Amino acid sequence: MRVTLVGVSHHGAGVELRERVALRLEDARAVAGELARDAGEAVCLSTCNRTELYVAHDDDVDAEARATRVLLEREPELATALYRLRDEAAALHLFRVAAGLDSLVPGEGEILGQVRAAFDAGATGALLDRLFRQALYAGRKARAQTGIGESPTSVPAAAAALAQQVFGDLKGRRILLVGAGKVSEQTARSLISRGAEIAVVANRTLDRAAELAGRFGSAALPLERIEEELERADVVVASTGSPEPVLRREHVERALRARRGHPLFLIDLAVPRDLDPAINELDGCYLYDIDDLESVVAESLGSRRREAAAAEAIVAAEAEEFRTWQASLEVVPAIASLRARAEEIRCAELAKAESRLGELSDAERRAVESVTAQIVNKLLHLPTVRMKQAAAAADGVVYADAVRHLFGLEDER
Amino acid sequence: MVELLFWPALIAYGEAAVAYVGVLRRPDLAARLAIWGVRIGWLAQTALLAVQAYQADGFPWADWAGALNLFVWFAVGAYLVYGSSPRYRLLGIAVMPCAAALFALAGLGGAAEQSGSDLFTAVHVGLVVAGFAGFALAAALAGLYLWLERRLKRRPVGLLRLGPPSLVTLDGVSARVSAVSLAAFSVGIALGLVRGHDVDLAVAGAIAAWIVFGSALFFRRELGWRGKRAAYLTLAGFALVAFLGLPAGHLG
Repeated sequence: MRVTLVGVSHHGAGVELRERVALRLEDARAVAGELARDAGEAVCLSTCNRTELYVAHDDDVDAEARATRVLLEREPELATALYRLRDEAAALHLFRVAAGLDSLVPGEGEILGQVRAAFDAGATGALLDRLFRQALYAGRKARAQTGIGESPTSVPAAAAALAQQVFGDLKGRRILLVGAGKVSEQTARSLISRGAEIAVVANRTLDRAAELAGRFGSAALPLERIEEELERADVVVASTGSPEPVLRREHVERALRARRGHPLFLIDLAVPRDLDPAINELDGCYLYDIDDLESVVAESLGSRRREAAAAEAIVAAEAEEFRTWQASLEVVPAIASLRARAEEIRCAELAKAESRLGELSDAERRAVESVTAQIVNKLLHLPTVRMKQAAAAADGVVYADAVRHLFGLEDER
Repeated sequence: MVELLFWPALIAYGEAAVAYVGVLRRPDLAARLAIWGVRIGWLAQTALLAVQAYQADGFPWADWAGALNLFVWFAVGAYLVYGSSPRYRLLGIAVMPCAAALFALAGLGGAAEQSGSDLFTAVHVGLVVAGFAGFALAAALAGLYLWLERRLKRRPVGLLRLGPPSLVTLDGVSARVSAVSLAAFSVGIALGLVRGHDVDLAVAGAIAAWIVFGSALFFRRELGWRGKRAAYLTLAGFALVAFLGLPAGHLG
C-alpha cells in the first residue's frame, strides 16, 4: 500500500482558485469516505491556504487519478496548480505542514488543530493513522524544541506580547479603548484573549462607543472624559481619526499622581498619531506607535524564519522514521508467513512425537511446548530483524522474495 | 576534603558565570549549561559547608572568609529558587559572576576555623548573612528591572527575543525578597546589639542599610513608590552594604 498526496496550496494557486476547492469538515469527511472505498484510506485536509487529499491504496495510480478528479471536478482550472507526491515525499510534506513550515507565517499555530480535525474526519487505516499521528507529533515537537511558534506575527499579537512584558499576566488588567474602529477592536480582542478586560470605550461619537462597549460588556465614555479613566486603566489602545493628539503628556502626567507608581502601557495605532510621543518620557509610561509594533512583527517573522531551519531538521528526521516504518511493511507479510509456517511445523512435529513421549504431566507438556517455541523464536529472530533492516535500506522486497523461495512460501504471497 | 569540595564548587560557579554571559547569544544551550553549573556548584558548596560544620567545634563561619562563604551559599540558594525558571535566567548574569568572585575570595581567605563561638553567634551571623544575601538578590532583581525598563522605553530590535520576566513581576519579587531579607537582617542585628556588640562603623553601616531598605518598603506601601524609584533605592541600599564591606567587616 502506498501513500499518495494530491493537493493545491497558496504556493501555486491564488485565493480565487483555492476557495473553489475548499472543503468544510463535513464535506471533507464525505470525500474521504468516497476516496477510501475498496479497502483504501483517505484524509482531506482543507484550510484557507490549502486543500490536500491523502490517499493510501494498493493501486496508487488509480488512487491518484481519483483524488485528482475530486479536485478538478470542483475547479478544472486547477490542473496546472496541482501537486502530487508519494510516500516519503508526501509524509515530509505533511510533517512540514503540521509544523507550520509550509504556512504563510512560519510556525502559525492554527494548522496543527486543522490537521487534527482532518485526521479525525478521515477514513484511516494502519498507514494513514500512523502518518497523521506522526505528523501531529512532529508538529508539536517542532514547536516545543524550537522558537518557531513563539513570537508575535501580527500587530495585535505584538501589542499583547509587549503588554505582557510590562504586566506579566494580563488577567484582570483594565483596557481603555480610545476610538471605536476595527483595528483597535482587533487589538483589544488580542488582549482580552490573554485575560485583560475592556473597562471603557471612549469615542467622539458616543453611540458608536456604546455599541462597541455593549459587545464587550463595558462602559462608554465621550472622548473629552478619557482623563478620568486614565487613573485606573492599565492599557490604553488608541485608534481614532483625529488629526490632533487626543491625549497629551500633561493629561497623563496629571493622572500619574493618582496611579501610585502603577505602570501604564499605551498603544497608538492611529495615523496621524493619537497619543503625544512625549508621554513615553514619563516614568512608568510605555508608549508604542504603529511603526514600533510593525518593527516588532518584522523582527518576529525574521526570528521565526531562523528557527525554521531547526524545525526542518526535526520534521526531516520524523519523515525518515516514517519511511523506515513504511518500508518495513513490505516485509511484514513474508515475516508473518515464515512464522506461521514455522509454528505449523513445530505443532506437527510435536503431535508426531506425542506417542514416543508417552504420558506427560501438564507441567512436562508445558515445558516441552515452551522449549520448542523458544527454539523457533530464536531461530527466526535474526532473520526477522535482518529483513526489517533490509526493508529500511530498500532491499526489503529482494529479501522477502528470497525468504519466500527458500521456505516455500510462494503460495502465501 | 575541604579542598576537594571547594574546587568543584568554584569551577561550577565559574562555568555558570561564563555560560550566563552566553545566554545573550545562544539562549537555550547556554541557559542549560548555566543552570546545571549553579546546581552542581551549590550542591558542592553545601557539602563543603557540611564538612566544615562537622570538622569544627563551634560555629565555623564567624571569620570574614567563612561569612563570605556562607553569604555566597545563601545568595546562590536564593537565586536557585528563581533562576531555574527560564524567565529569570537573565538574573544569573548579575548574580553568578559576583558569586563566583566572592566564593574565590572566601577560598583565598583560608579554610574556616573554629572560633569558639556559640549558638547565639551562629543564629546572629546566620540571620545577618541571610539578610545580606537577600539584599544582593533584591539588588540583582532591581538591576534587571532597570535594564528591562530602559529597553521597553527605547524599543530596540529584538525586544521580545530574550523573554525576561515582566516589569511588574520583577518589581514585586524584588520587594518581597527585600521584605523577607529585612526581617532576617533586623532580627540578626537586634541579636548582635542585645549581646552587646560595639557600635562601630560596620554596625552603623548595617543600620544605615536597614534604614534604606526599610524606607524603600515603607515608601512603597505608603506612597506607592514602585518601579524605578524602588529599584534605585534597593540598589542604593545594596551599594551601601557593599561599599562598607559589611559582610566581611561586620563579622570579621
